[in-house]
Amino acid sequence: MSGAQSFVAILGLTAISVVTRGFFLLSAREWRLPPWLTRGLRYAPLAALAGIVAPEILLANGALVGDWKDPRLLAAAAGTAYFCWRRGILGTIVIGTGLMLAAKLGLGW
Amino acid sequence: MTTNAGAVNHREEFRRGLREIVEPSFGISAWALVTGVAMIKSGLSVPLATLMSLAVYAGSAQLAALPLMAAGAPLWVVWAAAFCMNLRFVIFSAHWRKYFGHFPRAKRLALTYVAADLNYVLFVRRFPDPEPSPEQVPYYLGSVCWSWLSWEIPSLIGIALADRIPAEWDLGFAGVLALLGLAYSTLSGRNSWVAALVAAAAAVAAFHLPLKLNIVVAIAAGVGVGMLLDRLWPDSAEARR
Repeated sequence: MSGAQSFVAILGLTAISVVTRGFFLLSAREWRLPPWLTRGLRYAPLAALAGIVAPEILLANGALVGDWKDPRLLAAAAGTAYFCWRRGILGTIVIGTGLMLAAKLGLGW
Repeated sequence: MTTNAGAVNHREEFRRGLREIVEPSFGISAWALVTGVAMIKSGLSVPLATLMSLAVYAGSAQLAALPLMAAGAPLWVVWAAAFCMNLRFVIFSAHWRKYFGHFPRAKRLALTYVAADLNYVLFVRRFPDPEPSPEQVPYYLGSVCWSWLSWEIPSLIGIALADRIPAEWDLGFAGVLALLGLAYSTLSGRNSWVAALVAAAAAVAAFHLPLKLNIVVAIAAGVGVGMLLDRLWPDSAEARR
């Protein structure tokens, strides 16, 4: 893509950020969501998080990871163990990333 | 809202919003660093990468758009992919309307333009009742100020240092670990566990759908199962928080 095309692409992407994030706030018309949908939305952030995270951990190049010596699996397992122990997000990141780097750089996984 | 007591409360809420996002934002910063690097490595010039970081401000949409832009895909394909990556924001915006719907349009859209996933999750955890209240905007502003800086600064550093960080280190995975920890902290009650597991399984099973539609399938499956369980087999009151 040329510089000019990339520039247009980026402008469009910016508009997409504005429109998707404010989608149901675009219309001035007052309208209410049905109560069942409001209750269901409680699950939306959790479902999105699980949906983004699971393939990143379990898949490599579109297939289930077959080898247990996988730096990402190790990082996720270590992060999960840490979270069960201490309930902290930062520790989950640090322990997981640290072990992942150790396995990659130290053990050559 | 304009009394002295209210003003003090506002500052406290701003700080609270800021404080609650500091910890989960570290992994997001690592993700931003990697996104900065990826923009340069996929062939964008430094000015264009900087513009993309500051204006688009949507990591997963940026990462999805980059290989398509590098491959010279038509603009509509790039935009369609980014839109699908952002469909979750459409779902979130229905929820934001409950809190911000009474503001003028320009204010509503300016507020939600900077609403990242973390801001949404933390805001809904702080204000579980979907009704407007005066603490919400200061809390929200504290939250988005920190997350904007914690994304943009490392992203710009990544743009500057692109050629010196080895891609094999896979540092973007720190962002996934941040989302994983956040998911764990969002779990409350049996039905939310089931919904999360169903969403995870659906995202993996539907992975080969184009344009990251598997994320949309996961959200639909998780929300659908959660709602069904709430009807058939409600959690006890304290598990719901």
